[in-house]
Amino acid sequence: MIVEQEKLQLIIDKHENSRKNLIAILQDVQTEYRYLPEEAIRFVSTALGVPLVDVVGVATFYRSFSLTPRGEHTVKVCLGTACHVRGGPKILEEVQRLLDIKPGGTTSDKKFTLETVACLGCCAIGPVVVVDGDYHAQMSVRKVSTVLKRYQK
Amino acid sequence: MSGTMRDAKIESTKFRSLKELSDHIAQSKRKRREDKRPVITVSSGTCGQARGSLKVVEAFKKALKETGLEEKVILRVTGCHGFCQAEPNVIIYPEGIFYQKLEPRHARLILEQTIKEGKIIPELLYKDPVTGKKAATEKSIGFYKKQKRLVSGDNTRVNPVEIDDYFSIGGYCSLLKVLKLKDPEKVIDEIKRSGLRGRGGAGFPTGKKWEATRISPGNPRYVICNADEGDPGAYMDRSLLEGNPHRIIEGMMIGAYAIGASEGYVYVRDEYPMAVANVTKAIEDLYRRGLLGKNIMGTGFEFDLRVAKGAGAFVCGEETALIASIEGRVGEPRQRPPFPAQKGLWGKPTCINNVETWANIPLIIRKGSQWYSAIGTKGSKGTKIFSLVGKINNTGLVEVPMGITLREIIYDIGGGIPGSKEFKAVQTGGPSGGCLPKKHLDLPIDYESLTEAGSIMGSGGMIVMDENTCMVDVAKYFMNFLRDESCGKCVSCREGTQRLYEIVKNITEGKGKESDLELLEEVAVTCKDASLCGLGQTAANPVLSTLRYFRHEYEAHILDRRCPAGVCKSLIRYVVVAEKCVGCLSCKNACPTGAIKGTLHDIHLIDQDKCIKCGSCLEACRFEAIEAQREEAIRII
Repeated sequence: MIVEQEKLQLIIDKHENSRKNLIAILQDVQTEYRYLPEEAIRFVSTALGVPLVDVVGVATFYRSFSLTPRGEHTVKVCLGTACHVRGGPKILEEVQRLLDIKPGGTTSDKKFTLETVACLGCCAIGPVVVVDGDYHAQMSVRKVSTVLKRYQK
Repeated sequence: MSGTMRDAKIESTKFRSLKELSDHIAQSKRKRREDKRPVITVSSGTCGQARGSLKVVEAFKKALKETGLEEKVILRVTGCHGFCQAEPNVIIYPEGIFYQKLEPRHARLILEQTIKEGKIIPELLYKDPVTGKKAATEKSIGFYKKQKRLVSGDNTRVNPVEIDDYFSIGGYCSLLKVLKLKDPEKVIDEIKRSGLRGRGGAGFPTGKKWEATRISPGNPRYVICNADEGDPGAYMDRSLLEGNPHRIIEGMMIGAYAIGASEGYVYVRDEYPMAVANVTKAIEDLYRRGLLGKNIMGTGFEFDLRVAKGAGAFVCGEETALIASIEGRVGEPRQRPPFPAQKGLWGKPTCINNVETWANIPLIIRKGSQWYSAIGTKGSKGTKIFSLVGKINNTGLVEVPMGITLREIIYDIGGGIPGSKEFKAVQTGGPSGGCLPKKHLDLPIDYESLTEAGSIMGSGGMIVMDENTCMVDVAKYFMNFLRDESCGKCVSCREGTQRLYEIVKNITEGKGKESDLELLEEVAVTCKDASLCGLGQTAANPVLSTLRYFRHEYEAHILDRRCPAGVCKSLIRYVVVAEKCVGCLSCKNACPTGAIKGTLHDIHLIDQDKCIKCGSCLEACRFEAIEAQREEAIRII
């Protein structure tokens, strides 16, 4: 991953070059690269004057940050309570089976990253799977392959 | 109500005095009142959009043009109407006609028949799952009838990204009243007298919290809106923030004025992109109109408001962890006292309230504490929004007066359990809450009664479970969630949640021992007593409450190696009941692994080696010919 320092500096400047905006800065960096490259973390640490250990601490504490490159498409399976009682875990198993990865993992062809989420707050339409921000409602084990195929191309 | 040239001119102006705002609100209200055109409101929150509401909106726009009704009808895209089951839906005013589960092709039909000819279209109406009767209007639907939508009701009346829509329903009137009154202490008194308690879970009296923040020395002071709605199965805060962000901000501004705070944050979950977008837009509009910033409308009141996005950590719903997160640090809770009211954000006095709490404030100021405190029970005033989800016919957000019974919510509003299944339990209060069995159906709901029954109000998630839900599995689910979300600071919580999960997991796999139940209780008590924050202190509740009411299910798993609900995979296997199978191929087609053999009209057979126990066949079969049988588990001791 080539990390352009100017780009990072722009992000940091946008957030007032301030330590208190560390999370927002990392969020923007992740939006840019789809994960947090090591060079980017080091750059942010130096630029903000925050010890590297603290930046890495934040980057590893919060679930939405990833330290490894992610796939082209992010598949989020909701495992909130309502989705759980409606069969969410079965949907997850099917996604795992078809993609042959575990939650947090990325397929070897870098097409898909699988994530679970504790609740997306749209419990009425559960079980829910979100691919790149598109909500797929009332999923069934059978529908999983149809949905994934749409993104496979 | 926007889009005309005149509106554009009004929008560009900044309010320089209270009178200007007051005049503008009066004018907006009058304009709305005098506009007699029919209004089509399309419910378009996250759930609505997931179900295709935006396509319906586009279809309406196109059809309006084609039918020449563009100028004669107001099309309003609103937040969630609360009735998630019926998405995408529209309500047509002034009659309140409710059409549900719409498709783009219905748009033209509605314009031609309902708008032009005043005819109701029966096939688009909601049908009561119990009586089978169709309801034409919002008010005649069982789901809405018993509700008291004081806080969430405005969602159907405003486009959340149009500030003038909010003015037109009297928005910012309460702020105006407070700024005119010029007596912050009186505002706090009013909130105290209203009896409002925090809607985020703990139920702390809001007025007291405000007062504590006001009297704490330190400058600046902060107000924070906690929109880190992490409880799985609760989404009322998302719906409010998406659907009516100005109401929450108005509440925050009133609070800030009363407390003497000059800065505020809305801390929103990253998983709620629409809420983030709508609240951000609302804040931008307020700056543009001079309602945020320095010396607001020349009153000397100063208030800056920002959005802080969470990054996916449940524990950040805890106020000290939330503060750490806004400060850009790891979201670990710290010891209290000092409470945030004394030492909060950047060590300054800080008042944190939940979204729903803030949304109640403008109402209390407008209607008065006396009016407000007449609603509810002795110790719990006002209404509460619950998200009614799980095994229930009418899934959605329901706002009800405190003191209503669970039975009324589940059967009258929720329409009961689908498929004539038996009610087993309702889980309230999220991961910190508990499961209440049938015998508590007539319990009047308020903060105290739920706690007494072994659960909590929490943020208002209400997950209904039927006979097909395994309570040990539910306990396992919550423990898995909590062990994952424990921040790891306290050993008792970090290790406790992990061990509780492992023990319960073993039980669901048929590896449980009789002594496990005692061990569960012991670990639970330690976790509760020795943890710093609410997460750890309540982490054992899912186990304790299921043990309290459903001990027999634990015993069935441990002693008989049997899952009575047929959920725990290790303890069941799916088989075809030969007498009932008609050989229709439905199950075979549904099976994702090709484990089912058989041809048309032949009895099917499940290959147990290939079967992944996903249950698709059970769902697909219309002849009850698939059965979850007890697996002959080997005792592992």
